[in-house]
Amino acid sequence: MNSEIGTMRVKSGLAEMLKGGVIMDVTTAEQAKIAEDAGACAVMALERVPADIRAQGGVARMADPTKIREIQEAVTIPVMAKARIGHFAEAQILQALEVDYIDESEVLTPADEEHHIDKWGFTIPFVCGCRNLGEALRRIAEGAAMIRTKGEAGTGDIVNAVRHMRAVYGGIRRLGSLRDEELYAEAKNLGAPIELVKWVAGNGKLPVVTFTAGGIATPADASLCMQLGADGVFVGSGIFKSDDPAPRAKAIVEATTHYQDPEVLARVSQGLGEAMASISTASLDDSQLLETRGW
Amino acid sequence: MEEPLKIGVLAVQGNFREHVNVLGRLGARASEVRKPDQLDGLDGLVIPGGESTAIGKLVRAYDLEQAILAFKGAIFGTCAGMILLARGAVDATPDQPLLGLIDVVVRRNAYGRQVHSFETDLELVGETRPLRAVFIRAPWIESAGPAVEILAQHDGRPVLAREGRILVAAFHPELTDDTRVHELFCEVAREAASVRT
Repeated sequence: MNSEIGTMRVKSGLAEMLKGGVIMDVTTAEQAKIAEDAGACAVMALERVPADIRAQGGVARMADPTKIREIQEAVTIPVMAKARIGHFAEAQILQALEVDYIDESEVLTPADEEHHIDKWGFTIPFVCGCRNLGEALRRIAEGAAMIRTKGEAGTGDIVNAVRHMRAVYGGIRRLGSLRDEELYAEAKNLGAPIELVKWVAGNGKLPVVTFTAGGIATPADASLCMQLGADGVFVGSGIFKSDDPAPRAKAIVEATTHYQDPEVLARVSQGLGEAMASISTASLDDSQLLETRGW
Repeated sequence: MEEPLKIGVLAVQGNFREHVNVLGRLGARASEVRKPDQLDGLDGLVIPGGESTAIGKLVRAYDLEQAILAFKGAIFGTCAGMILLARGAVDATPDQPLLGLIDVVVRRNAYGRQVHSFETDLELVGETRPLRAVFIRAPWIESAGPAVEILAQHDGRPVLAREGRILVAAFHPELTDDTRVHELFCEVAREAASVRT
């Protein structure tokens, strides 16, 4: 019958199914259930949400397998988990646990200062963060089957997410305006393989699904990201660090579907209580930024 | 020249854009459906793959459940869409809507988690050329009523089936360039339209 597992089409296929949806960070089985009941299309299992990682410092690692299994047993939607940048042994463990997607994430403390994981060797698909088009294409060249713009996790400030989306989508539009012979120099500028640069120039999009992450705290933030071109959103601390997680989770799900409908957005934005305690990214020192991890 | 078919694609969550693209290539006029009134005047509706629990909740919250039950055109459900159209699911979450428009019982995530997702060649009833099919955390048809026509199987499990104006697939024909399943759905939609007029 010529059956194959782990092909790029199968890996990126799951990301295709997540589109138009919200992927929520959860640290317990109870939170995972709340996320599923709110209509999340997947959950991200982790030890601490980014806001707590930021506040507590120390080394942030892959979640305890016990916790990941509890979350897998609690819900039927896909369960993702984070591995440190370059930490292929954590990724191997996550594959053995049969998580549905691995996020090679700058939110955790990087394990390698030069190399990301070679993602082609895995059956499980990977999602990776990026700040601009070159970074996105380097991750795709390494085998990422899904991309998310990084934003600045754990802040509740959307401004970095917007900057990164503008950089990626603006970069794609710019490639489309170049002449064929100009693409070679541009590939060099971007630090990305020419084949991928040509593909993006010809197709006007990335070859994989592209979500937005980092700083989404309200339904309006979700709508903004979708209107700027995101295929869907990751919400980290924005839900479970807010006053009343369940209604906020449901409101962000509805805002992601009806992102072009201001009447729906006005209705779902009402009465949600306080958003997460937020930090303006402009007040952070360079050393406090998570987005600069990865290259 | 025939009027182009008007096909809506349920766009609350999931892989709706690819269905719109394929239907457009086949000459249909495809539109996105997020609210009940967007079903008016359509010849057919596609319910795409995505997360069946997420789609189910959004369908219920925006009164699309009754609207789809009242819709008289052809309906094509893939993956999560197949689950939504089924009479039953052996492992459904308690509050998951099942519209019962086709007499099948399905098993969700029947092949397991993503690590077991796969692509394979299927034999289609009445066709010699195999169909490349992509299964993503896919369901299968556990049992089907007598009026249901099984059009393809994988390892003895039905994965493509039709009952009258309803067509369901456990896999994702929108993820490959082979348009035969969508062509079949357009035929079903034309038949359903000619019965109504």
